[in-house]
Amino acid sequence: MELDLLQHYWWLIIAVLGAALVFLLFVQGGQSMLYCKTDDISRNLMVNSLGRKWELTFTTLVVFGGAFFASFPLFYSTSFGGAYWLWMLILLSFVVQAVSYEFRRKQGNLYGTRTYDAFLMFNGFFGCVLLGVAVGMLFFGAEFTVTKSNILDAGSPFISKWASTRGLEAIADWRNLLLGLAVFFLARTQASLYFINNIRHTEQFAARLRRRTLVNGLIFALLFVAFLIVLALADGLRAADGGTFTEVPNIFLSNLCDMWPLAILLALGVVMVLYAIARTAFCSTFTKGIWFSGIGTVLVVIVLLLLAGYCDTAYYRSLLDAGSSLTIANSSSSLFTLTVMSYVSVLVPFVLAYIWYVWHKMNKKPLTSRELDNDSHQY
Amino acid sequence: MNDLLATVDWSRAQFALTAMYHWLFVPLTIGLSVIVAIMESIYVRTGDAKWKGITKFWMTLFGINFACGVATGIILEFEFGTNWSNYSWFVGDIFGAPLAIEGIVAFFMEATFVAVMFFGWEKVSRRFHLAATWLTAAGVSLSALWILVANAWMQNPVGMIFDPDQMRNVMDNFTQVAFNSVAMNKFFHAVFSGWVLAAVFVIGVSSWLLWRKRNVDTARKSLKIASWFGLIGIVMTIWTGDGSAVEVARVQPMKLAAMEGLYDGAKGQSLVGIGILNPDKKLGDKLDPMLFEIAIPKGLSILANHDADSFVPGINDLIEGRAINEAGDTVSTVSYAERIAAGKRAQEALRAYGEARKAGDTAAMQRAKDIVMANFKYFGYGYFDRADEAVPPVALTFYSFRVMVMAGGYLMLLFILLLFICYRRTAVLEKAWLHWAGIISIPVVWICSQAGWVVAEVGRQPWVIQDLMPTRAAISDVTTGSVQLTFWIFAILFTMLLAAEISIMLRYISRASKKDIQQTH
Repeated sequence: MELDLLQHYWWLIIAVLGAALVFLLFVQGGQSMLYCKTDDISRNLMVNSLGRKWELTFTTLVVFGGAFFASFPLFYSTSFGGAYWLWMLILLSFVVQAVSYEFRRKQGNLYGTRTYDAFLMFNGFFGCVLLGVAVGMLFFGAEFTVTKSNILDAGSPFISKWASTRGLEAIADWRNLLLGLAVFFLARTQASLYFINNIRHTEQFAARLRRRTLVNGLIFALLFVAFLIVLALADGLRAADGGTFTEVPNIFLSNLCDMWPLAILLALGVVMVLYAIARTAFCSTFTKGIWFSGIGTVLVVIVLLLLAGYCDTAYYRSLLDAGSSLTIANSSSSLFTLTVMSYVSVLVPFVLAYIWYVWHKMNKKPLTSRELDNDSHQY
Repeated sequence: MNDLLATVDWSRAQFALTAMYHWLFVPLTIGLSVIVAIMESIYVRTGDAKWKGITKFWMTLFGINFACGVATGIILEFEFGTNWSNYSWFVGDIFGAPLAIEGIVAFFMEATFVAVMFFGWEKVSRRFHLAATWLTAAGVSLSALWILVANAWMQNPVGMIFDPDQMRNVMDNFTQVAFNSVAMNKFFHAVFSGWVLAAVFVIGVSSWLLWRKRNVDTARKSLKIASWFGLIGIVMTIWTGDGSAVEVARVQPMKLAAMEGLYDGAKGQSLVGIGILNPDKKLGDKLDPMLFEIAIPKGLSILANHDADSFVPGINDLIEGRAINEAGDTVSTVSYAERIAAGKRAQEALRAYGEARKAGDTAAMQRAKDIVMANFKYFGYGYFDRADEAVPPVALTFYSFRVMVMAGGYLMLLFILLLFICYRRTAVLEKAWLHWAGIISIPVVWICSQAGWVVAEVGRQPWVIQDLMPTRAAISDVTTGSVQLTFWIFAILFTMLLAAEISIMLRYISRASKKDIQQTH
């Protein structure tokens, strides 16, 4: 297979994994709502509902990182090593999440249920916002340089160098933050949709979730429209011959025009999300919103990531030195490795199939407080 | 330079801290997942509900531990990027693949089926649930396989070629990477050591139940399964450990010399059974490296080469490039001075290659490339000025190896003794000394397990990739202060989580022991 084809194929896989991750962030969105006018029974139902899915989100994040490492190692080394504090904060939020479900109501947990719930809320907010910020850098660039020959300098062998703020400056960029907040409110919207689908409790509980779907959905829609406008106006770099780059105004809009079928997918995805929000908010018997919203989210995120990486666009633009910018061509693994990994990627449909099968089996009956009372293993 | 080395040391300390914490939880997950699957298989096969209760008891403990393993594991994968970013580019083309495969093949399997394990009892059929339990166990071991393939590649880099255009190594043979002989031994050694650890955990908890005379039948049943499981585990661990020793002698002879505190090797080299190193010993002096030792004649030659009369080089032999061949003649190998010179030649030529490339001088590029490739085997030595910079810490490696071996020997005797008692002297199962032996063995097995990793990882210093990249060339452009801060954050956080896990486990065991475990469905 051609290197160019494989680079595009692997960027698509990265986009699909990223899209799946954004969808599964409904777990984080749900965690952020644990103390929003919620009684103990409702809270435990929400935690136990999310607790059966949190590992999928966590695993998708890990696989997303692993796939990036394997297919675009220069991004991995530049971003993670450079935006040190941004990534460390993201990771810390996921570390405390990982124990919180299992520990929160166990006797002897030392720090009390509220501490673990606070961990879940911390992950719920910062996990979403900071991941959004990290993804925002794919569109708006970051302050780094790449000089591979530095590895021969024994006194200062760093290939990738970053601004002295080590990723904190990315959080301060309002455009990244805009995307981060959009991701956060999308996650909360989807969490409400997921709870409506997965939990059977009181009428009041369901009504509250439908209200939350509407409120969070509207805030998300406003933020997302703002992000789309900023994105459409953003300039970027396009790789030219000889490893140089040229500045292109409205580059993402230009990419969308060049790859017009993506515009259809983007519109379809947005409509599906809006349909899920509107119908769930105004139709008290509709519970399938999470699926419309989920598929819509996946479509939108795939399109956005393809706009960032395809058409020779610098998906990681250096704001300090244009020549250091990363494209899928100059940051990828070798032809051999991408080929091997492509064979491995054949397994992905099998993985998706058994995840879907197990999800279907486990979610066939909605979660109720009675089931929770009878379950020996509960969070 | 001093600031660079401080960052390197703190980055190493952080990786060691997070890896050691992770390895507190992972071996228990590896072994206990199989023990739980065996118990559930008995339940499904016999239909005897008391086995369901026993399975659920151990499964709950598995779940508490699993959470901490997951929490501490995510840091490790991303630390390759956050703290070792040069490494991530220099060999990411090879190293990234096993990590991605681990995620796709193993992590999703674990994450999906572990939910069925815990919440699927009433939602899926018995057989489906049993399959989920076994698939979780398989996922855990598959995960270990790929991460150990990656780790083994760092110790024995094969299946790749250096690309001077990109200043990195690229994979050219996946089979060599995946079936690296070091990886196979390392995988089975690590997984079976996990079986041993989990077996001792079950024995320890069961011993406590017997001591308190609570759920005696559950404790006896668990004890018997764990003893068999542990015995199989320890035999396989020793066998694969022997294979690992041969591999270390072949690809990392300096590590073996450090493990033995051996400075001057010999034919028919003895093995230090018990010994105390001379703390005043310095490289190049004439002091005896040992203050005291009880040696096993020809032991190290047998261990390293499976040949009682073979030569095993010491640290001085390796540095000076001295060996003794089968005919008994002293012959020259590549000394560390030559390796350092070769490494510097490779690095200088790589600089020249870059200059020639900029100038578009293809003939000069080819000349430089030829020099790079001819000397690349020792590329990493080019970062050193003195031979002693490429010698690992001897004392820590030496003592850790002995702790591991002695604890492993004790555990083997424990399993044999317990099986003898379970089948031939059941009355002894009521003796308090036996209960305490079981309980005290819990910290012993964890110390054994940690010591094994200290041998493997400290013994290979200063290399992050054997002979090709020292730790000082592998790190990220991060300030020492930043790494110090994250080190302490992880140290405090992981200690808090460990304390919570132990507390929850103790409370759960105590509470569950007061009820009839076999009736807890």
